[in-house]
Amino acid sequence: MKILTTPRMERCIGCHACSLACARLVHKRLSWDTAGIRILSSGGLSTGFEAKPCLACNPAPCAAVCPTGAYSQRKGGGVVVKKSLCIRCGACDAACPVDAIYLDPTGEPFVCIHCGRCIPFCPHDCLEMATVPGTSDSKQESKEAAS
Amino acid sequence: MIRDDFRVLVVDLTSGRGTVESLEGRSVHVGGSGLAAALFERHGQMDNPWNDPGQPIIFAIGPLTGYFPLMSKTVCAFKSPYHDQYAESHAGGRSALALRFADLDALVVTGRADRPVCLSIGSRHLEVKDVHYLWGKDVGTTGKLLRRMFGGAGHRSILRIGLAGERGSAMAGINVDTYRHFGRLGGGAAMGVKNLKGIVIQGDGTFALPEEKQYAKLFQKVHQQLTDTEMMHKYHNLGTAENVAVLNKLKALPIRNLQQTTDPEIDGITGEKFAERTLLRNTACAGCPVGCIHVGFVREKFMEPNQYFYRQVAYDYEPIFATGAMLGVTDPFAVLDIMDTVEQTGLDVMSAGVALAWATEALNRGIIKQEDSLVPLKFGDAKTYTGAVRHLAAGTNDFYRLLSQGTATAAAHYGGREFACVLGQEMAGYATGEAFFVSQALGFRHSHLDSAGYSYDQKFEAVDLDEAIEFLVKDEQERVFLTSMVACLFARGVYNKELLAECLHSVGYDTLAETIPEVSKGLQARRWQIRLATGYDPASVEIPGRFSDVSTWKGPINPETLDRLRQHYAKRIIELGRKE
Repeated sequence: MKILTTPRMERCIGCHACSLACARLVHKRLSWDTAGIRILSSGGLSTGFEAKPCLACNPAPCAAVCPTGAYSQRKGGGVVVKKSLCIRCGACDAACPVDAIYLDPTGEPFVCIHCGRCIPFCPHDCLEMATVPGTSDSKQESKEAAS
Repeated sequence: MIRDDFRVLVVDLTSGRGTVESLEGRSVHVGGSGLAAALFERHGQMDNPWNDPGQPIIFAIGPLTGYFPLMSKTVCAFKSPYHDQYAESHAGGRSALALRFADLDALVVTGRADRPVCLSIGSRHLEVKDVHYLWGKDVGTTGKLLRRMFGGAGHRSILRIGLAGERGSAMAGINVDTYRHFGRLGGGAAMGVKNLKGIVIQGDGTFALPEEKQYAKLFQKVHQQLTDTEMMHKYHNLGTAENVAVLNKLKALPIRNLQQTTDPEIDGITGEKFAERTLLRNTACAGCPVGCIHVGFVREKFMEPNQYFYRQVAYDYEPIFATGAMLGVTDPFAVLDIMDTVEQTGLDVMSAGVALAWATEALNRGIIKQEDSLVPLKFGDAKTYTGAVRHLAAGTNDFYRLLSQGTATAAAHYGGREFACVLGQEMAGYATGEAFFVSQALGFRHSHLDSAGYSYDQKFEAVDLDEAIEFLVKDEQERVFLTSMVACLFARGVYNKELLAECLHSVGYDTLAETIPEVSKGLQARRWQIRLATGYDPASVEIPGRFSDVSTWKGPINPETLDRLRQHYAKRIIELGRKE
């Protein structure tokens, strides 16, 4: 299994192309907020930028607190969200230790689904899909490396 | 939000309250420049002075802002303290996307607060906050405090003014998000006179995507074109600073108050040297993957043995021309130091550099005395210039108070008009020839970006009067549509009429997409009508003698051609602005 990682954020120029792409392509909205990855300056533009993505916790505290099963554990880390089951209680947002979940004014949650569709939009290659150790993809990769 | 009308927030600082207005006419006013003009007609007072509390300051975005990359700029319109006529200034940063996500096509601020305030707006809030304790604070400190006072890091835009704007200097700019500016024609004073120290725009709204199926595909195509092609290489690589070496080689770089157009010493401040010695990183306007903003550093030893602090300063071609070449300062760190002082005091960098270049020559010639300049201005002496910048922003004495209202204003009092490098306002950095001089001197914004006069000079060996005028008029017409979108003009090579029509279709603005040439003509005419109605007389514009003394790669400027071109263009502008 792969997860979205942000290993080269020191290269970020703050163009927001990744989060705008996520909002547009994954969440079907035009927005700065309703995105699985959000960019902010780390204390003013002179200090560079940081990303707020889901860190793919395993087990995920947001899934653990979800009272309706809208959030469930994703294999390899992170969550799978079924919006139809969500009652807009906001417990997921409160449980997230790194503020990766955005609740819109109606309480609808937005979180990264680790699809990687934001990656091609980054002009500086800040983002990367990484294989989670011990998952099927990583076993496949070890085989290839050995052959 | 795709809609045929415009959603405009009008805030009256006198009462501290706002109203949301709807304005019809997307297919006529478009957005940006066109929308600002329509809003000035509605809220502005043509005959009243710029500092009348009723005069509006307008911020407008376009129909494609947020929907496509590099549709990332905002038009600011106001009655200018520089010439007391209608004016526009453009900036990027996050202001455009913040307005889009605040669900506004434009913000109009009228009235005057009874004490210094900061206006904070978003898609669900409006607050006019007392910030009297920020009055007198520099631009950097103000930015830091406003960031702490208001929420929404990353998804907001913070506009603020410095001392120059508070004092009503005609050279005061508005700083946008640390590294961008509504620099020219005194927008900072238009805020200052309203006691408006800052504006925080929170982009916290969310919208449905356009229903048209081709939108997603077209976005992908445009994004690729803008990032893959060589077209944007210049802006991403050395940035506009690349022009320093190019223009120096061409003998078209204004140096030491335009006494020279080339000098081997300029090799110290080329874009290549800035990148090699001072560049820390690039940054971008929100919604632009190009990242043309180049941030350099200056460090200063403040204590022995090894105690330093450092500051980050964004550079571009124009600031290097104005505070480097024009002042004869050829060390990149010294240039950044002057730029940073300009930045912190809230002056427009081009106006400040060019004004101090004139003051230096005026002092050399004995037209002004050191008791006027207070510091011994000398080309190449960076330290005296940082001091002079502070005097210019503060208006320390009569000389600096007059100079900060424009170099021509100071020259009218002290003399030295013939060597004042003023083309409508302090010149931009292109000594390319007659077409550029005339296009900036008479152009709508008195900007090198009104129309590509510098490009005409470089393309054609000799000036053909009729052809040159047609070139300027047609180019302005195309640009006014782009600045109504509001596209970054660096993308003008990508966003041609056909692509703009495709983009407009893809989000549902079909009528506008099919009428771009006619609409552009209308926009151009209406902007001129307003400018003329506020007192502009293009026929009375003078081009100082210094511009006739210039020699470029094509040889000396032809004063007769320059004057005939000026007269023809003035006549044409009057025709353009004539109401049918």
